[in-house]
Amino acid sequence: MSGMARPKGTLSTLYAGNRHVFRLVAVILAWMVFMALTRFEKFYTLINFQTMASQFPEFGLMALGVMLCMVTGGIDLSTVGIANLAAILTAFFLKAVALPDGGLPAYAIPAAFALAMAVGAVLGVFNGLLVSKVRIPPILATLGASELFTGVAIVLTNGNAVSKLPIGYATAINSKVLGNLIPVQLIVFTAVALVIWFLLNRTTYGVKIYLLGTNATAARFSGLSNDRLLVKTYMLSGICAALGGMIMLANYNSARANYGSVYVLQCILIVVLGGVSPAGGKGRISGVVLAIFLLRLLETGINRFPQISSYYISLIWGGVLLLVMVLDYFSDYSAGRRLKRRPATPAP
Amino acid sequence: MFQSLLKATGVHKSFAGVHALKGVDLDIRKGEIHCLAGENGCGKSTLIKIISGVYQPDAGTIEFDGKALARITPIDAIMLGIQVIYQDFSVFSNLTVMENLALNSELAQKRRLVNWKRMREIAREAVAKINFEVDLDAPVSSLSVAQKQMVAICRALMFNARLIIMDEPTTALTRKEVQALFDIILKLKAQGISILFVSHKLNEVFEISERFTIFRNGELVKTGETRELDSNKFTYYMTGREFAPQQFVPEQVSKEPLLEVRNLTAKGFFEDVSFALHAGEIVGVTGLLDSGRSELALALFGVRPADSGEIRLKGRKTDIRRPRDAVRGKLGLVPEDRLSEGLFLPRSIEDNLVIAEVDRLAGPLSVIDRTKRRDEIRRLVDEFKIATPDPKNACQTLSGGNQQRVVLGKWLACNLDVLVLSGPTVGVDIGSKHDIHEILQNLARGGMGILIISDDLPEILENCSRVLVLKSGRIRKEMDTRDADERLILSHMM
Repeated sequence: MSGMARPKGTLSTLYAGNRHVFRLVAVILAWMVFMALTRFEKFYTLINFQTMASQFPEFGLMALGVMLCMVTGGIDLSTVGIANLAAILTAFFLKAVALPDGGLPAYAIPAAFALAMAVGAVLGVFNGLLVSKVRIPPILATLGASELFTGVAIVLTNGNAVSKLPIGYATAINSKVLGNLIPVQLIVFTAVALVIWFLLNRTTYGVKIYLLGTNATAARFSGLSNDRLLVKTYMLSGICAALGGMIMLANYNSARANYGSVYVLQCILIVVLGGVSPAGGKGRISGVVLAIFLLRLLETGINRFPQISSYYISLIWGGVLLLVMVLDYFSDYSAGRRLKRRPATPAP
Repeated sequence: MFQSLLKATGVHKSFAGVHALKGVDLDIRKGEIHCLAGENGCGKSTLIKIISGVYQPDAGTIEFDGKALARITPIDAIMLGIQVIYQDFSVFSNLTVMENLALNSELAQKRRLVNWKRMREIAREAVAKINFEVDLDAPVSSLSVAQKQMVAICRALMFNARLIIMDEPTTALTRKEVQALFDIILKLKAQGISILFVSHKLNEVFEISERFTIFRNGELVKTGETRELDSNKFTYYMTGREFAPQQFVPEQVSKEPLLEVRNLTAKGFFEDVSFALHAGEIVGVTGLLDSGRSELALALFGVRPADSGEIRLKGRKTDIRRPRDAVRGKLGLVPEDRLSEGLFLPRSIEDNLVIAEVDRLAGPLSVIDRTKRRDEIRRLVDEFKIATPDPKNACQTLSGGNQQRVVLGKWLACNLDVLVLSGPTVGVDIGSKHDIHEILQNLARGGMGILIISDDLPEILENCSRVLVLKSGRIRKEMDTRDADERLILSHMM
């Protein structure tokens, strides 16, 4: 992957190819050790980890979608807009199909997920068409679309929360499976992450979007349908965002046009922290998943210190983000220098 | 006796264990045009960077105008009158001609306020030196390559240049522009300025230089008077190999054409172009830069579809609106600009090779069959002799010739019927050029139809059985290359 000559030994080969991932693991381990030394009994509890695992899928799912867009050299700022609109429509649906006793028919939850994913797909395709056919720069297209989707959501709800949902939905998603151990939210996130990993690493779609993100002109000259690839990518991002919305719907047991608005920029930072290049063509899902974990661990960890106000979370999060990028800069810089000093392979 | 302006003796330079220069000499006399030639990676760029103060030599001496230079910086070199015009000209394309010309002296004088009137004066003086006519307020991005080069030359002349080093200055120029450049070089020579002309194009070396120096693998192979050189010697010095010219003779040409173009028109570029290409033959298309030859290639491949006319592939009328349509019709294009249009430089050689056929390597649900992919990559790397220790390496680690083989390999992996090549050996050194020609000729013998679009006339004459000459968007002449020579083709081009 990295294009550098391979050093000896499997471990160092592995390190050379995954420098960034190793760095993230190191930061996470350092934080875990710090928490173990300072707040072991409050942090290392099953319930704490279960809570974290039920929370991070909200923005984690959205970040996975943003990652796909960024690999193509684009971005998706409309994730939260899509999530809220999908959640609101699903909430309407759940209320509509609720039985008189407040319960839900058996088909309701699968149908709700199908509906949300369909909404996410349609809104994503809309983004994709703006980016590919109308050729609006992705940052503007999705920013505009985000306002539009949020606007629709506000109009539909008059700006109020859609609450008093049939209880069955939140109970189902907030339950734990496999011996009452694993939160359903985590299962959803893991499934989506695996699907995306598979798409990126095992299918032609993955190869194509990496190459499209590297050089769109060369992709066109290689006979790829750039437009179709972009539409597909934004559609996938829309579906991921809608699933994130479904998790929010369960976690808050309500839906509203302005839930989770901090997630928009947070997702982008996570993806960049995960080692995806905003210029496109580079990045792995393992890095993004680790960055998602890191954010959640930091936030939860800090909350275990009552004397530190939660206002510090932004500060620390921003500091970590910049720290990892500075580390990257220095290691890439030295790698770049090494590469530069070695003259090109002489022609035969 | 002639006086040396620059004399380098026994220069050594190593980079991380690679010995790039192994004790080379270079002697440039006052007011001469000296040509430095050699294949990619032979060390000529390294030597230029040492002369201009970018690198320090590990050993050896450099004298300029009789004085030894020790540890000079790029600024020192400029002060001494050494100017380098790099391949990319290092101009600011978002600024105007005037700003480009005046900025350096404004900065050198540490001025903090902009005086437009003074800047205009400076710029006007600079262009007047070589009688270069240009709109001073035009943004440089709107200029042609040749004009950008002129801007760079004017800028170089502003600092009392005594030695101007031009790094492959003709790569992107048309024949006419090359001629204009040569006129300017002669003018500079008349003013007593020495020129170091870096090139590996034989005809240019013969035409412009008085003396030459040839490097190979970091060593000096030969230096002497250009008139004692001939084309066989030149090639031998450059490559250490002897090449027998391989005139292509088509063996089995199909009766039915593979590609037939009828009255193809793209308004403003070309008009009413009709021709046929049969299996087993190589047809050349040539013309000046504005003849519409590049646009014809883009239209055939669907990047910029034609307005009217028809394209028939294997007798079937095919509507080519997008590159994908062309690929489906089994027509591929090796584009003009290999770096920006042909390759994904930071990606692996593997990805670059199989991208066009990746759908064929996939099973249901477009899951890639990894064994198939690996075998295919192995086959392509072997077949095209791509020199790399590991195909997982990034494509940018390859030399120009090898990169071009990757682009060729990408298309040949798709089992095409028709391959269109736009400038297939631009910027490729002689050895690789020869190999690429051999590959093309073998492909034609194997039953492919090949269309070479190029302004490299020796290339056309050697490889094509027929040539179409485009002028101002129309086919002026179709010739059998057996009855043609460079002069005849040129007379139809101009």
